Amino acid sequence: MLKISNLNKHFADLRVFEQFNLAVPSCGFTVLIGPSGCGKSTLFDVLMGAVPKDRGKFYWQNESVANLASKAAYMQQNDLLLPWFSLLDNALLPARIVGSNLTKANDKALDLFRRLKLNGFESYHPQEVSGGMRQRCALVRTLMFEHDLVLLDEPLSALDAITRRSLQSLLLLLQVEFHKTILMITHDIEEALLLADELVVLTHRPMSIREKLVLEIPKPRQMSDPRLVAIKDQVIQQLEKELNNAAF
Amino acid sequence: MQRSNLIAATAVIGILVFWEITCRVLQIPDFILPAPAQILTVSISKMDILLPHAGVTLLEIQIGILLSLSVAVPLAMLMFRRPAVEKALAPFLIASQAVPVFAIAPLLVVWLGYGLTSKVLMAAIIIFFPITVNLLEGFKSCRREYRILFQLMGAGFFKTMRLLYWPWALPHFFAGLKVGVSVATIGAVIGEWVGAQKGLGYLMIQSNARLRVDMVFAAILWLSLMGVGLWILVGFMERKFIHWQ
Repeated sequence: MLKISNLNKHFADLRVFEQFNLAVPSCGFTVLIGPSGCGKSTLFDVLMGAVPKDRGKFYWQNESVANLASKAAYMQQNDLLLPWFSLLDNALLPARIVGSNLTKANDKALDLFRRLKLNGFESYHPQEVSGGMRQRCALVRTLMFEHDLVLLDEPLSALDAITRRSLQSLLLLLQVEFHKTILMITHDIEEALLLADELVVLTHRPMSIREKLVLEIPKPRQMSDPRLVAIKDQVIQQLEKELNNAAF
Repeated sequence: MQRSNLIAATAVIGILVFWEITCRVLQIPDFILPAPAQILTVSISKMDILLPHAGVTLLEIQIGILLSLSVAVPLAMLMFRRPAVEKALAPFLIASQAVPVFAIAPLLVVWLGYGLTSKVLMAAIIIFFPITVNLLEGFKSCRREYRILFQLMGAGFFKTMRLLYWPWALPHFFAGLKVGVSVATIGAVIGEWVGAQKGLGYLMIQSNARLRVDMVFAAILWLSLMGVGLWILVGFMERKFIHWQ
């Protein structure tokens, strides 16, 4: 379990978090959704140690940690593939940097390429393939980290609607097959509803939890499911209220 | 592309024809301004004189480039790794650019003699700045998300340098090197003017003194061809190394 306790972060006069608390259960899929500019991405920067926190504690598996840099894999909107490496070499980057057994990593990567239907494209360079394939390769790279925790920062928002739908089912793989603990940020309410075990609706700055919804609907889900439609309306209302609050 | 080539070729040929006609009509003597045809004839017929001198100048430039690279590359890496070093060295680097190479050429000849060394150093000094600055800017232009990604993967400075910063900076590095090779000839020739026994610069001074202006122009032509040749070579290396663009 990941626990964030009493997190504080100010940028000059901007109060991003004040006494922010969040718990992410192990092997769960927790999705954060909130008005834009509420500090979701800053939360990830702080979690990963890219931006220092002012106060607060992080716990991973009941152990206090300074940040999650060596505990979590991180995937974001931008695939961040290196154009000078082939897709396979990009996927092998974490293994190469850590200095782990490359033959083993290579086998694992090839297996993941097959699973994510990237086989045959191992030697292609990122600029030679589509955005969806690049993001799938970024997903392989994320899986190549030997970490149980995965942070997803709007990983699919740069893709077109159809590609996004097909990749959402692949994100489920992270949970179902690889038993990762997932914390995801998204702006896409439907995406959140399709994937989340726990949906956390956030307030505007300073960021706090407006409502936490537990979705006990089995996955894979369909957006036409009346239960999801009902929750969707509820979430939209909540977000609209937040947006109105932010305006005043 | 085709069209721009055509325009460039037409412009060059136009200027040469105008030059040739002017020389003939006004009967300008060779020791004032030789006609293009005359320069071309000398450039080819006097190859036995030009070639050894050109070889010396080319050698000076090549060693100068290698010398400059061997200092500029580690220095750019150091300044990137330690911004304090960059801050400390920046005034000196800029000052070194403000001092005209013409001013230090006689000193270098006094210190290092009439041989190869002083010219190599001249060429190295003149190209040092564009290479260092471009490479440093290349390192710095690496996007923050990529740096964070490497940081999160736990990559140390040298691994990040090899796998991220260096490939990222390669286009900048080659831009600097292109500027470098095209001005390197200036350094070598000035060095030769000030004091030398060989080289195209030396040949120019000697020919000028004997009013062999056609030979001066022939030396300039050879020098230009060398500059263009180096430029093309660097361009070729650029395409080979930056295969992903």
